[in-house]
Amino acid sequence: MGMHDKSLNILVIDPNRMRASIIEEGLREAGHHDVTLLTDMSNLMRQVVDADPDVIIMDLENPNRDVLEHAFQVSRAARRPIAMFVDRTDAAATEAAIDAGVSAYVVDGLKKERVKPILDMAIKRFNVIERMRQEIDAAKTELSERKQIDRAKGLLMRTRGLSEEEAYQLLRKTAMNQGRRIAQVAESLILAAGLLGGDPTK
Amino acid sequence: MTETAQTTTITAGFIPLIDSAVLLAAATQGFAAEENIDLRLVRETSWANIRDKIAVGHFDIAHMLAPMPIASNLGLTPLPTQMIAPMALGTGGNAVALSRDLWAQAQRHGATEDGNPARLARALRSVIAERPERLTFGIVHPHSSHHYELAYLLGFAGIRPGVDVQLAVVPPALMPDALEAGQIDGFSVGEPWGSVAALRGIGVIATTKSAIWRSSPEKVVGMRQEWAERNAETLAGLIRGLYRAATWCDDLKNRETLVRMLAAPAHLGIDAAALKAALDGGYGSGADVAPAAKRASIFRFAAAAASFPWQSHAVWFYSQMVRWGQTPFREKDAERARRTFRPDIYRAALSPLGVTIPSANSKIEGALEVPTPVGATRGQLVLGPDGFFDGRIFDPDRLLDYIAGFEVAEATSDSSSR
Repeated sequence: MGMHDKSLNILVIDPNRMRASIIEEGLREAGHHDVTLLTDMSNLMRQVVDADPDVIIMDLENPNRDVLEHAFQVSRAARRPIAMFVDRTDAAATEAAIDAGVSAYVVDGLKKERVKPILDMAIKRFNVIERMRQEIDAAKTELSERKQIDRAKGLLMRTRGLSEEEAYQLLRKTAMNQGRRIAQVAESLILAAGLLGGDPTK
Repeated sequence: MTETAQTTTITAGFIPLIDSAVLLAAATQGFAAEENIDLRLVRETSWANIRDKIAVGHFDIAHMLAPMPIASNLGLTPLPTQMIAPMALGTGGNAVALSRDLWAQAQRHGATEDGNPARLARALRSVIAERPERLTFGIVHPHSSHHYELAYLLGFAGIRPGVDVQLAVVPPALMPDALEAGQIDGFSVGEPWGSVAALRGIGVIATTKSAIWRSSPEKVVGMRQEWAERNAETLAGLIRGLYRAATWCDDLKNRETLVRMLAAPAHLGIDAAALKAALDGGYGSGADVAPAAKRASIFRFAAAAASFPWQSHAVWFYSQMVRWGQTPFREKDAERARRTFRPDIYRAALSPLGVTIPSANSKIEGALEVPTPVGATRGQLVLGPDGFFDGRIFDPDRLLDYIAGFEVAEATSDSSSR
């Protein structure tokens, strides 16, 4: 049986379990069933040798890229994985991968056409995960800002005897006058209250 | 320079190590800005990332292991790119550390606290003879001075790296943990990781780069040759800014600011005590036994032409690539290696500053036993001592003889180490 007929053994190395699973799912959807996830980085070389993969997908944040590349270099085995893009024939794909934060290694001799769709999928999913992460970060910031505003309102209600609506209007007006965001004004207020003898809402 | 001069942005990748100091200082202490350069720093996690991001143009320049651009020009790495190194980022700065257990054993066999490399190497040979298990040493990259220095040290005592001891690549920041976990028995790494291991009581700094090869180069500023050609003027400005930054880093008056700058979370994000110990020559396990003169020579950023890209250094790295079987010897590759380092660009960029620069592009390593005045573009330049602990002389013009002279070497098994 030639290399073409055999299903590809794919190893996904990523300490981020969630991301590794999302990549794995994508690979399975694309019809690859021989997928191994490696999320524990200890004894990396041993684990890679044991998995004996045709293709390796690894995130760029992983400091173990140098470890992996060295393992290939000293490997005396016939099956020696090499970096996916050792030449410049596919500069756009290389750049897309680096932009997305993913690298790939393939066993020498494996046809590029067989591996390209795998990498394309990984790039797409890495990009989606990154967008999700940014959205989560933004949501977290928004949530904490809303909490700050609530605390500032409470502070004003207690110290100045305002209603909730009046407290909010005061924050809004101050923000407008100062050309700042309401959350920023709320933060300054909480900070100032802290300096002036503790935040009574705490 | 006028106020209307255009500011050029340069994006630089760096790995969080003390020897990135010159780049960090240029960006944060105003030296790049004086040259109308907005130097943007991007912290990276692996040398592979630095290589890839330089290759695709995400980085204009980067903090690089000195042998890296040479390996790239010889096609030994993925994404081979024509690169140059027009400036070095200093000399010294690596430590060879051993686990406490191994150090104790080495001491029983004659290793001494002054970091004498010859005694250390012989002691390790005796230790290896009596230990049933093969020792493993951590290095940061196969194309690194850390690797070549450690291999040189071991080879001196007839220890064959990869045969008598195992070499494993471990990311710098993970070295102390790997040592503590017993995954490795020792390592050769850029500071502050040796000092971190020593301060944590995990390991002992057994010797240093500057004891193995005095005044030896460590990192360089590397870039695509094509970028350097397209941005010749910007590059000249950058070199001037980096040169001033290097001088600033050397000045002990700035030591506290330097430590604070390095310790910042966005830079190295490491405890200031370890950084200070490393910069001051934090030797041994609390008992500081290194003589003052030696400590002073551990890190050098600008003094004694520390930032000059000696072509003899590039050729020495090539000699070790051949020695350890990473590439077969070819005359034209030796020439490629030599031309990767560009003292011509360095000299032209710095000529307006009127500073003292060596007139020669190469020197014979090991020729200077004591500090010696040498030919310079102006003023007086004192170099040395330089050379290797074993007294072997490296003459870049007698390269083949030099390589053939090593008893411990690995025959090249194939045409590339890819």
